[in-house]
Amino acid sequence: MSEPLVIIGNGMAATRLVDEIAGRAPGRYAVTVVGEEPSLAYNRVLLSPLLAGEISADALELKPLDWWQSSTAELVTGCRAVEIDVRAKAVWLRGGRKLSYSKLVLAMGSEAIRLPLPGADLSGVVTFRTKEDAAEMMEAAKPGRRAVVIGGGLLGLEAASGLNRAGMKVTLVHLMDRLMERQLDPAAADMLKGAVEAAGIDVLLNAESAAIQGRRKAMGLRLKDGNLIDADLVVMAAGVRPNVRLARGANLDVERGIVVDDTLATSAPDVFAIGECAEHRGIAYGLVEPAYEQARVLAARLAGEDVRYDGSLLATNLKVSGLGVFSAGEFLGGPDTESIVLRDPDRGAYRKVVVKGGRLAGAVLFGDTADALWYLDLIRHGTSVVALREDLVFGRAFAQPETQAA
Amino acid sequence: MNAPTLGPAVRTTCPYCGVGCGVIARADGFGGARVEGDPEHPANKGRLCSKGSALGETLSLDGRLLHPMRRDMGGGYTQISWDEALGRVAEGFRATIARHGPDAVAFYVSGQLLTEDYYVANKLMKGFIGSGNIDTNSRLCMASSVAGHRRAFGSDTVPGCYEDLDEADLLVLVGSNAAWCHPVLFQRMVKNRRERGARIVLIDPRRTATAEDADLVLPVAPGTDSVLFAGLLASLSASNRIDRRFVADHTVGFAEALARSRHIAPDADAVARRCELPLADVERFFAWFATTERVVSLYSQGVNQSAQGTDKVNAILNCHLATGRIGKPGAGPFSLTGQPNAMGGREVGGLANQLAAHMGFEPESVDRVRRFWNAPQLADAPGLKSVELFDAVASGRIKALWVMATNPAVSLPRADAVRQALSSLDLLVVSEVMASTDTIASGADILLPGAAWGEKDGTVTNSERRISRQRAFLTPPGEVRPDWWIVTEVARRMGFGAAFGYGTPAEVFREHAALSAFENDGSRDFDIGALAGASDDEYAGLLPVQWPLPAGCAQGAARLFAHGGFYTPDRRAEFVAVDNPELSAKPSSAYPLRLNTGRVRDHWHTMSRTGKAPRLCQHIEAPFVSINPDDAARLSVEDGGFARVTTLHGSAVLSVAVSDGQRPGEIFAPIHWNGETASHARVGALVHSAVDPHSGQPELKATPAAIVPIGYRARGFLLSRRALALPSSIWWSRVALGEGWGFRIAFDAEETEWPAIARRLLGETELAEFEDGATGRYRAAVVAQDRLQSCLFIARDERSLPRWDWLKAQMATLRLGDEARRALLAGRAPGVSSDDGPNVCACFGVGRRRILEAYARGGATCAEDIGRLTKAGTNCGSCLPEIRRLAAGAVKERLDEPAA
Repeated sequence: MSEPLVIIGNGMAATRLVDEIAGRAPGRYAVTVVGEEPSLAYNRVLLSPLLAGEISADALELKPLDWWQSSTAELVTGCRAVEIDVRAKAVWLRGGRKLSYSKLVLAMGSEAIRLPLPGADLSGVVTFRTKEDAAEMMEAAKPGRRAVVIGGGLLGLEAASGLNRAGMKVTLVHLMDRLMERQLDPAAADMLKGAVEAAGIDVLLNAESAAIQGRRKAMGLRLKDGNLIDADLVVMAAGVRPNVRLARGANLDVERGIVVDDTLATSAPDVFAIGECAEHRGIAYGLVEPAYEQARVLAARLAGEDVRYDGSLLATNLKVSGLGVFSAGEFLGGPDTESIVLRDPDRGAYRKVVVKGGRLAGAVLFGDTADALWYLDLIRHGTSVVALREDLVFGRAFAQPETQAA
Repeated sequence: MNAPTLGPAVRTTCPYCGVGCGVIARADGFGGARVEGDPEHPANKGRLCSKGSALGETLSLDGRLLHPMRRDMGGGYTQISWDEALGRVAEGFRATIARHGPDAVAFYVSGQLLTEDYYVANKLMKGFIGSGNIDTNSRLCMASSVAGHRRAFGSDTVPGCYEDLDEADLLVLVGSNAAWCHPVLFQRMVKNRRERGARIVLIDPRRTATAEDADLVLPVAPGTDSVLFAGLLASLSASNRIDRRFVADHTVGFAEALARSRHIAPDADAVARRCELPLADVERFFAWFATTERVVSLYSQGVNQSAQGTDKVNAILNCHLATGRIGKPGAGPFSLTGQPNAMGGREVGGLANQLAAHMGFEPESVDRVRRFWNAPQLADAPGLKSVELFDAVASGRIKALWVMATNPAVSLPRADAVRQALSSLDLLVVSEVMASTDTIASGADILLPGAAWGEKDGTVTNSERRISRQRAFLTPPGEVRPDWWIVTEVARRMGFGAAFGYGTPAEVFREHAALSAFENDGSRDFDIGALAGASDDEYAGLLPVQWPLPAGCAQGAARLFAHGGFYTPDRRAEFVAVDNPELSAKPSSAYPLRLNTGRVRDHWHTMSRTGKAPRLCQHIEAPFVSINPDDAARLSVEDGGFARVTTLHGSAVLSVAVSDGQRPGEIFAPIHWNGETASHARVGALVHSAVDPHSGQPELKATPAAIVPIGYRARGFLLSRRALALPSSIWWSRVALGEGWGFRIAFDAEETEWPAIARRLLGETELAEFEDGATGRYRAAVVAQDRLQSCLFIARDERSLPRWDWLKAQMATLRLGDEARRALLAGRAPGVSSDDGPNVCACFGVGRRRILEAYARGGATCAEDIGRLTKAGTNCGSCLPEIRRLAAGAVKERLDEPAA
């Protein structure tokens, strides 16, 4: 008899978990996936090209419908879970359906933060998180119309880039003094800004939003310094917040996210959390790689293996508006670190590696990220780089040609 | 691209040293030429040295002076017509002579001039301006040999010929690094040693590359050569090896010379002490000389460039006269001349103390030449010799000077003072092939563009008295003109047209030949009367020919004096009782060392030609000073570091090469670098101006000097497609890359300032940069249109600098892809450990690593194997000593060790 396993959330972490369990413990669990959004799980990373009209909505799907149909998992979409009873080991869905579980996995992700600005509720003000958000933006994205994106992090850049490619005149406003300040050092952020501007997007740094102007519909964004940026569309991309409401209601330990230990277990028995809603060793990861790692570890545990999750190396490895961006570890440098920098602005390429105590402590790559995984490996394994130091920043082909795959 | 169509093969003569090798040149149609040795020329029989082989690379018009120029008020130069230029020169000289007399003007000419150029210049100054004030840079090179020859033989005659080097059983090289400076001749000697078993003795304070092939090396104390040869004369007498018959029949003064020699050097022991040599080595040399009939003693700048140079020459000549070993096959004294036409210059009388055609200022000679030239104003007294001449410029006695084809602001002793003196002239005219030189920068008023090698026609004479043709094979660029034409045109504008009716160099040559034969009748050595009637066609086709060649002779004499017949009044050679030698200045506590100067293998003079050939710039890339290891340790001077060398007269900052080939207390620096090629390496500025009392040749090789280390925080290199002006705070030296320039640099600045310095040097442009502050490494590059435009590499530790041979190749790369761009700042291709290392064989571009590799892994055991495997050393052979040395070192040296 299969054990009932309920997964709340139908995003990237959940899908990966289903896939992993199917591979590791086929038939052991009767899996039910409960998703709030009405569609199949999709890849949020692709929302930007969707916005730009470069791909169709179908192309976002992580797994096609027939995969779900052929899997043993039951998929419940467009339905929100409203309560967990950890003593009864049951979840209530909206509409009254009750799902009993022997194991419960919370993979509810996070939600976009809606800034509490005057005018935030006007028509034409959106967040950028879901396909629905994207659809609304695409509706507004007529060539020649103007958009303001609030937030110069990854999400804001993706939104701005998508809208720009869709033909809108886009201004990106960012509170901090550089773009993607959590993933990039000042030099790389500056190159990113140059690249974004070269694509036709206006970037305002150190710009604090004060209010959204407009009577019924958004007309522009007023900044604290008094400047007004005309806009037909205002996108709030100022960060995300883990979805913890359900967990809090069930009296699970919650800080910023749902607190889990190295076995990804929450404070309640047989309740686990993975992905952006979870907080492990004080960190609520906002990226897909740690969510996949957690899914892998949890699937293994559910299959009976004794593996643990030690946390993910804070690494960013993705493309922002088509430009490779990678950062990992202590890339800003600090006491007792030595930075080695290579930059080629003509090629839009930048690298910085940070060495500490003879080991690679961090790295930032911009433009050319071909060596990202090599650096990540060196950081992750704490490999001594003393012998490689001279050519380290030039990449594996220079520093360790003998290890390079043919 | 179509393969270039080569022009016709033109037989000409190499423009470098006095060996005078025959060259076959074919213009490539793009301004360059393919150059090879002429197998039919008796001087080289097809061989060329590294410099000669690279002649084709030196013909670019980069930096050439192509139009007459006038300096304007702002110090810049404005192009003017030939007519205006010639008029200004003629009027300037005429006016100066009118106000201050003929001795207020002077010409300073060059062993680079062709005989015809030289003849016309000498005729204008001595014959028609009426002053003896024409001297030549041969004064710095040959004058002591001239004076020594004249004292002993009554004439400036080299008695032997190159075949003697093949036929001798003992070759004594005195003050000559022939392996580097006369490589083609030296390879003949080495062949003789290898095939016939001739011995080679090297007498030189420095252990040079020549020592590698010597059977005995005598590192004499500087200035003591004449002690050694006085001791030899005494020893020859003591061992009864004097040719009494020859001495009795053909010489005078033997007894006095012998007595003086015994006084200076009574025995081998005294010689050993005075010359600081092992007694056994002195005795071995004396024994070999005594018992070997076929001895050639070859001497060069180590003998000549000395305040006792003439005595050194005579001390050597004495030994040959005493043994009758002169003018015989395989036996004789042999002066190796430095310049391609120093001999031709001597023949026309280009030295201030010569008149013309090997005649001096004796009244009958003055009368004879006056009649021949129909020159009533003919100078009747010698003019000022180089050092005196520039002193007279400094003191204002000479007010107008015409410098032709030489660079006195670099090459004269106390060169900074000379530069200063030049700037004070009322009129400085410079005939040049280059648009910018230290001499021009001294404030030249008029620049006259001379035709360069390959563009002009005439004759030169080599060290064995062989006259060869230099022939044109290139179209003269711009408005350049041959020097004989320029001087002729000025002479005409000064009102001497009747005596300067020349329309071709052949006309000049015929007159020169006629003068040599005029009222000669065997009384003067220099007689080429047989050529006085040469038709234009015969001149054009003139084959290499030795003089004397009096009218009626078909072939010149290969050797002279075997049976006497010297050109003294009584036809007897004179033994000279030489003075007990003393260097002109003693080291002091302030200047405790002696500075020696000289050449390197692949450069020539002030590098205006060799500096254009990238492969010639690879052997030794930066100006250096070499120092003995003990001195270096005592004075905290480090190999590869920098040091300031100072004398009473100037200072230079040079890269340091610690060498046990250097005697303690002596340092050596090459003469080639100058204000155009380095920031602080005008070595001529350091040299004192003491001169030989007989020849007036300056003592360029023994100036008291001090050395202190300089620690630059940053060093590196800078490559640029365009010429750059570097700030004075940066030490630099520059080489040609073929595509732009390569600078070695050093300076004092913190790592944090390096990026700003990069922007100052490379321009405020987008730089590709590499920064590693912790280990003190910084690199920057500018790439445009996918080509490297410029780049800068700086490091605290020189070992952190990439090999720049590789980097230089990137300048030539037509398209740099992404990988290549990253590789650029890495300083090497991915996965490749290093490059070929410093160049050893310039002819075939073979580097040190490849040779070490061939020894270590290629199974090579000797230089011949290396030649087979890599071709290195198979052309000119001047790198063979180094290749042999590497064989010894290859065992010790680990290949993965970076080359120094």
